[in-house]
Amino acid sequence: MAKEAVEGELNIDPMHQFDIKYFFDIDLGIANIGFTNSALFAFIAVAAIVVFLWSAVSGHSLVPSRMQSVAESIYEFVRNMVRDTAGDEALKYFPYIFTVFIFILACNLIGMIPYSFTVTSHFAVTVFLALSVFISVTVIGFLKHGMHFFSFFWPAQAPAALRPVLCIIEVISYLARPISHSIRLGANMMAGHAVLKVIGAFAGASALLVVPSVLGIVGLTALEVLVAVLQAYVFTILTCVYLNDALNLH
Amino acid sequence: MATENIDHAQSGGMPQLDFSTWASQIFWTAVALFVLYKILNGSILPKISGALEDRHNAIADDLDKAAELKRQAEDAEAAHTAALATAKADANKIVAEAQSEIDAEFATASAEADAEIAARTAESEVRINEVRAEAQSNAKSIATDTAQAIIEKLAPGLSDKSTVEAAVSRALSATGGTK
Repeated sequence: MAKEAVEGELNIDPMHQFDIKYFFDIDLGIANIGFTNSALFAFIAVAAIVVFLWSAVSGHSLVPSRMQSVAESIYEFVRNMVRDTAGDEALKYFPYIFTVFIFILACNLIGMIPYSFTVTSHFAVTVFLALSVFISVTVIGFLKHGMHFFSFFWPAQAPAALRPVLCIIEVISYLARPISHSIRLGANMMAGHAVLKVIGAFAGASALLVVPSVLGIVGLTALEVLVAVLQAYVFTILTCVYLNDALNLH
Repeated sequence: MATENIDHAQSGGMPQLDFSTWASQIFWTAVALFVLYKILNGSILPKISGALEDRHNAIADDLDKAAELKRQAEDAEAAHTAALATAKADANKIVAEAQSEIDAEFATASAEADAEIAARTAESEVRINEVRAEAQSNAKSIATDTAQAIIEKLAPGLSDKSTVEAAVSRALSATGGTK
């Protein structure tokens, strides 16, 4: 990058930071599931979550320490979100929803550390997360309501002539859920980091741009921290909304 | 594989759309999520919910205890008020009894005193009358003797004792007889 700047042209490669690098290959023939920087940072996120929560709850005192207070606040925040959005029945899925929330939150926030890797900036990860939610929720809907689950797509209150059309729209919107669910998170994380990289590269291109570039990065970093938390929240609450649709059929 | 990726990145495309890395990413994300889920669901989440439950119970217990103590305090206060009222009534009764006793004694004593005063007064009057009668008779004899002596000097042989006595008596009764 520095070498390119010396040549006097603004040659920025903001996508370089998203490269997947293999530490070692595990070739299964049909696919290589080798250990990558993405996997490393996913496990760093898991380790950070476990260390934080474990140290927070290991005291287990009646009057909580600061860490315990934070852990309990996150716990109650997610629990209330699940219950308020999807009802008491959804509380049995709370552990998985909490796991997804805190995993995305940790990946997003760890991605804000310079030179780290943002696991959730890859669509492979977000599509996997969204699809697992989509498939689980659909299975839960069918298990609970059987064939009656299809009534979810049939707008009984609408005028008879419109019903088939609306039904098609409902089905399409239902199938589009995992796409919007995953792209929203992945694109947000990717775009934020790419913009940071571009603004940062301006500083390398010209001495005049150093101060505005640094100021811009400071402001954008604050915004990105907000986006990191917000997108974790958005992903989780959408999961709750979909779960509510499956459990209660509107 | 590794060299392929670097080539891809240098060509300026999106690493996100390099589908050759998807299998690895999905596999390791699934493993990481599974491990995290097992740890959270296995021990950390139950611990947090346990801590919250314990706190909830402790607060509820403390509130119950506080209500119980409040009730006890109210009972004690009621008992205290009742005891105070009883004591006041007892004290009033004792005061009233003492008052009536004192009144009776006072009445008795004052009646006795009155009687004694009356008796002494009567006794004194008797003595005063005696003294007065004695004094009067003394005065009469002195006056008689004096009068008889004066008459003897002025007209010897004329003094008649019974006439003088009668005259003195008349004179004494005329002046009231007390002096």
